[in-house]
Amino acid sequence: MGILDFLKARPKNTANIAKERLRIIVSQERSSRGSPDYLPLLRTELLAVIRKYVHVELDAINIQVERDGEHEVLELSVALPEHKPGATG
Amino acid sequence: MTETIVVTSGKGGVGKTTTSASLATGLAMQGKKVAVIDFDVGLRNLDLIMGCERRVVYDFVNVIHQEATLKQSLIRDKRHDNLYVLAASQTRDKEALTQDGVGRVLDELKADGFDYIVCDSPAGIEKGAFLAMYFADRALVVVNPEVSSVRDSDRILGLLSSKTRHAESGKGGVPAHLLLTRYNPERVGSGQMLSIGDVEEVLGLPVLGVIPEHDSVLSASNQGVPVILDATSNAGQAYVDAIARLLGEERPMRFTEAAKKGLFKRMFGS
Repeated sequence: MGILDFLKARPKNTANIAKERLRIIVSQERSSRGSPDYLPLLRTELLAVIRKYVHVELDAINIQVERDGEHEVLELSVALPEHKPGATG
Repeated sequence: MTETIVVTSGKGGVGKTTTSASLATGLAMQGKKVAVIDFDVGLRNLDLIMGCERRVVYDFVNVIHQEATLKQSLIRDKRHDNLYVLAASQTRDKEALTQDGVGRVLDELKADGFDYIVCDSPAGIEKGAFLAMYFADRALVVVNPEVSSVRDSDRILGLLSSKTRHAESGKGGVPAHLLLTRYNPERVGSGQMLSIGDVEEVLGLPVLGVIPEHDSVLSASNQGVPVILDATSNAGQAYVDAIARLLGEERPMRFTEAAKKGLFKRMFGS
């Protein structure tokens, strides 16, 4: 690799960028795998409702389905902003 | 015992059909009785790569709809007596393939004493791709060292581990192997292409074989001769190695180092 690099005008190492991007997106997609298809839409609609009362960011809602023995549990968590709650967005 | 192997990828254009043709031919060269089936309904292409496009009379959908018998529809390879091709239909009706129908055809091939059934999956994750993998005992996931292909492969690996008969019957996911195609060691060396290690790390699976990017792949498809039959081609030789590994043999990787480095490697390595 060293010799080749010397001969060429050192190209940018884009393979590393590709690998990092893949690592992140693949792990994210794996964690949401197997969950129902309606989750993204549910998340958007819930966000819209919550936003009527509190201004929260898009990524403040975390929603996932977990298996607990026989049944599935829909787990929803909303991180509220630090300042006074109740201020409408 | 018949083994059903699906060749799949998610992304299109990565080399599924090229791989299916070489895999089926390579297994036949080992004396196995092999059938290779094109699941790409509407976009038949395996026949061209196998060089039997002018001999297609009946196709997979005809067999499923019982318009022709399996025997009438299997096209015997010109080069190997023990290799048969089942072409995809040209119909635009994507619903032409049914789970029961595909299962029946596979069972009939098993009863006919085939050792291997190679299922050439279409791109995407729709019905054809789903049915190509559904009955598989093993999977060969074809991946290019490129972001979209790697991501799609991960998606396919997820489906293999859940949406297959193997998984549904409680045996766990379909055992899958990665086949890295269109690999260019020079570009990997200069940091412009994902390396074997990068792909293995992201997907969490070892690579079974690496097929170098080579002009011989295009000239083989131009002529309708599976590239594995080109003894002078690095890509063809890499397919020979990959199939030997698939059958349990241990073989060192070849053609995975840039030319100059390869010489050094050969001097100090094996």
